[in-house]
Amino acid sequence: MPTKATWPAARLHVVTGKGGTGKTTVAAAVALSLAAGGRRVLLVEVEERQGIAQLFDTPPLPYEERRVAVARGGGEVRALAVDVEAALLEYLEMFYNLKRAGRALRRMGAVDFATAIAPGLRDVLLTGKIKEAVTRQVKGARAYDAVVVDAPPTGRIARFLSVTKHVAGLAKGGPIKTQSDGVMAVLRSSQTAIHIVTVLEDMPVQETADAIAELRAIGLPVGSIIVNMASQPLLPVGAMARAAGGRLDSATIAASLKEAGLDGESLAGPLLLEAAEHAQGWRAQLACRARLQELGRLTYELPKLTGRIDTGSLYELADQLTQAGVR
Amino acid sequence: MSAGRTGTAHTPGTARTTGTARTTGTARTAGTAGASPALDLASVLTDPRTRIIVCCGAGGVGKTTTSAALALAAAETGRQVVVMTIDPARRLAQSLGLRQLDNTPRDVAAAAEFTGASGGRLQAMMLDMKRTFDEIVEAHSEPARARQILENPFYQALSSSFAGTQEYMAMEKLGQLRESGRWDLIIVDTPPSRSALDFLDAPHRMSRFLDGTMIRLLSAPARAGGRAYLKVVGAGLAIFGRIIAKILGGQLLRDVSHFVGALDTMFGSFRQRAQATYDLLRQPGTAFLVVATPEPDALREASYFVDRLSSDQMPLAGLVLNRVHPSSAPSLSAGRAEGAAETLSAVGGRDAVLAASLLQVHAQRMRTNAHEQRLARQFASAHPEVPVRSVPASAQDVYDLDALREIGAHLTAPIPSRSSTKTRTRRASNRPPA
Repeated sequence: MPTKATWPAARLHVVTGKGGTGKTTVAAAVALSLAAGGRRVLLVEVEERQGIAQLFDTPPLPYEERRVAVARGGGEVRALAVDVEAALLEYLEMFYNLKRAGRALRRMGAVDFATAIAPGLRDVLLTGKIKEAVTRQVKGARAYDAVVVDAPPTGRIARFLSVTKHVAGLAKGGPIKTQSDGVMAVLRSSQTAIHIVTVLEDMPVQETADAIAELRAIGLPVGSIIVNMASQPLLPVGAMARAAGGRLDSATIAASLKEAGLDGESLAGPLLLEAAEHAQGWRAQLACRARLQELGRLTYELPKLTGRIDTGSLYELADQLTQAGVR
Repeated sequence: MSAGRTGTAHTPGTARTTGTARTTGTARTAGTAGASPALDLASVLTDPRTRIIVCCGAGGVGKTTTSAALALAAAETGRQVVVMTIDPARRLAQSLGLRQLDNTPRDVAAAAEFTGASGGRLQAMMLDMKRTFDEIVEAHSEPARARQILENPFYQALSSSFAGTQEYMAMEKLGQLRESGRWDLIIVDTPPSRSALDFLDAPHRMSRFLDGTMIRLLSAPARAGGRAYLKVVGAGLAIFGRIIAKILGGQLLRDVSHFVGALDTMFGSFRQRAQATYDLLRQPGTAFLVVATPEPDALREASYFVDRLSSDQMPLAGLVLNRVHPSSAPSLSAGRAEGAAETLSAVGGRDAVLAASLLQVHAQRMRTNAHEQRLARQFASAHPEVPVRSVPASAQDVYDLDALREIGAHLTAPIPSRSSTKTRTRRASNRPPA
């Protein structure tokens, strides 16, 4: 499936994508795939939507790392929904030993206020928490083999990850500056890969191209493109063009349908119409694929699953990623 | 606010969208259990009392396309329409002839071909949130003070990146368009918010923020100094100030402080404007359309929004369900189609194999459709009173006005069922007059 190279040997996988492309589902599948065979993976959510809990069918996640799934071969996926307020309090405690003052500040709504007047602070806190998880050591070993982030959508991803830029407008020195420099160092390093989820439609493909350009311009490492919800061609390849143009022979189809015991006369027309739409959709997908290929990135493809996405379908997608080399 | 309001006379046969109606343009079709009433958008668009349509919903569900298609359809019926888009995709912007983000409504030249005969007119604009904010500042303070505010680094950050500025400015611009009286129908697309609630909350949050105790206390050092400051704000806040200064840096706080000082006289008008906008949305001339696709996330967000509009007593017209996949041969089930495909595959030969593949396409279509209908039924059982209009998925993206017209035709197609007018009249008569 991948067009070139192999899955990046990064430890921090940031998953972004246009709204509606299923980036949360893909991030979860990537986490499950990376955990396969006994590894420990942390799946992080930063937009306070509780999308992970819904996906894994668990109660809303508190601000703590909880096991949400066991991967094939015994690995585990833990999930964390980062709460900005809690992250700020944790930060105050860590650097200023201000746990009690922090609580008072929370009561006063000061935390809300601080993140409101300095929107960049929010992102610094979120990425700071992610970096902490990536670099955390327990008894001399890494706490996690990999960290997967369900990141903000493509339209906001560059701003979200431009940590040092936020801080340039804030503190000139002190712990927060040191901290953000550390975050940026991790984000810029080969430890990080930013993956972009898209579907085979014009707008998401365009946003994918825009996001790649934007991320590269600020020196952040772009990983792969993950095409989600790709549909399979159901018509013989040779018949696609004729089907799309409505040039399949109705009488022949009607005769064949009759042979199968169906009312060929009345069904041929509607079925040809559906076939034409299928073929046109397929052609549009091919055009999108070609545009993605021009971007020259490692590309994976996940199929469109019919029905509700549940934990079972996550494993199905994860298996496909594992087979394609996401490990 | 009501200047330039036209068409107070009731048109026979249209739904009364005024008064206590929480839903407008409703027409109950069949009494089938689990099905939503049909949304009569043609009536909503042609009813002269409809002055504002707000399209809202999760990101990526086709809000902008829906807004543009409705605007074109309304202009074709002779209305003077402006559509405000927030962040249109390049192609859609091009199809509307929008080249720049400059806050100015411009004629969609290509639309004249369709709207000319009826005397209607379509204009479109893209929101420039910073420009809109600057204009408020300029309009409400003296030139010297306005300059002081505009040059303040904190103001610059606030006007271009404050969470909620885009939502707030969209509402502000809506108020301005409405006040100008130049259009009899304004259609707005809403920003792709992190959460649907942001849109309704932003104006209040912003005014609360600018008007708030916290920002006043924080700006106290600029006005009072030393001991006086302590006395004003108390020890707790002094600690807060120090911590905030540590985290955010002293310069930012000084900027905020100066900004608040310069803005002092404007606080009242900020609050007033936010309230006026909010009130405008609750007026009966407004119709909210919640847009979704038949996907769990989008419908969950839609549900959330419907509840919120209801609790805020906002006039909800209904739900537009984009990208559904109806079948052209609904009588042939997926199972039977697959069985027949198997039979034909066993027969073999080019024609049989081709027919088999057509049956596979149909079977997949039926399964997708069943899934979508299940989701739609779930929505209907949670919100049985909300009218729904489905728009079939088109195989291609929207490139031009013809594609927009096709979507518009689906949105406004007559409701295929029993006399809806009668039903509507009966429903309307239960309500007190406006």
